[in-house]
Amino acid sequence: MSQTIEAPRTPAIPNRSKGTNWEKWGWIYMRASGVLLVVLIFGHLFVNLMVGDGVHAIDFAFVGGKWSDPFWQVWDGLMLWLALIHGGNGMRTLVNDYAHNRGLRGTLKIAILIAVVVLIVLGTLVITTFDPCPAGSPADLLPSICKGL
Amino acid sequence: MSAKTAGTPPVSATTSKRPAGTLYRGREGMWSWVLHRITGVAIFFFLLVHILDTALVRVSPEAYNAVIGTYQTPIMGLGEVALVGAIVYHAFNGIRIILIDLWKKGPKYQRAMFYVVVAVWVITMLAFVPRHLMNVFGH
Ligand code: HEM
Repeated sequence: MSQTIEAPRTPAIPNRSKGTNWEKWGWIYMRASGVLLVVLIFGHLFVNLMVGDGVHAIDFAFVGGKWSDPFWQVWDGLMLWLALIHGGNGMRTLVNDYAHNRGLRGTLKIAILIAVVVLIVLGTLVITTFDPCPAGSPADLLPSICKGL
Repeated sequence: MSAKTAGTPPVSATTSKRPAGTLYRGREGMWSWVLHRITGVAIFFFLLVHILDTALVRVSPEAYNAVIGTYQTPIMGLGEVALVGAIVYHAFNGIRIILIDLWKKGPKYQRAMFYVVVAVWVITMLAFVPRHLMNVFGH
């Protein structure tokens, strides 16, 4: 029985001697961020879904309590940046693999880039400008730290 | 045009039914990768939605509570089991990919590591699912 294997679709690219090898850094980033994300995401899921009443206990007061603590602000901020860039870069790989039309490929990659940038900016603003005790809100919806105010 | 994988004999010269030296072609090597892709995409789209719903804390406590309340329904509770299952698989298999790439013996043990991923996934889900379903259905 003989079997032949098609040559890979990607044409051979000549060795480059100058310039940054962005694909290499992307490859390294996927692995480095992956290791950190295991810790960040498992910690996130454990504290939000396993401790206490889990998903049932999540409300404004719960989030307000967490983000009154710089520890969780940094934790969630890191998770936001690392996961969005990791996921966005992973989606770019899929577009390169499956979108054979050049124009479509460009459009999809711009769409991914816009989604990632907009959500990183939005998420970072939410974490950093968040007010756990907004004036005029019913006290029973707010975290306990607002009582003394 | 056809070519063979660098440094490996053609299949006809071996007793194997499939080409050698192709970790990602067929069996565990390929299916683990297919699952890694699907879970990666699913998590990405969930993350987009999840950042938007969380951003509602900046609108008002009432707006956030109304939307997050929909995460606590039985249907969504089951969806969360699927989501956590996808994340846990992607995370453990991601570590397996890193070991295949960076550890000298990684490619040799890739298949064994796949079954380790499956086993650790089952253990993690056994710890998570009953507790989560209690939180979802116990109220
Ligand atoms: C929990 C920790 C995580 C680990 C250890 C991890 C690890 C990895 C690794 C090693 C790769 C392969 C990269 C390559 O082949 O060059 C990858 C791909 C990918 N990851 Fe993750 N990842 C994690 C979390 C996430 C999250 C949160 C998302 C979504 C936002 C995500 C989305 C993706 C996507 C879309 C790909 C591309 C799949 C492909 O190329 O086939 N990952 N991940």
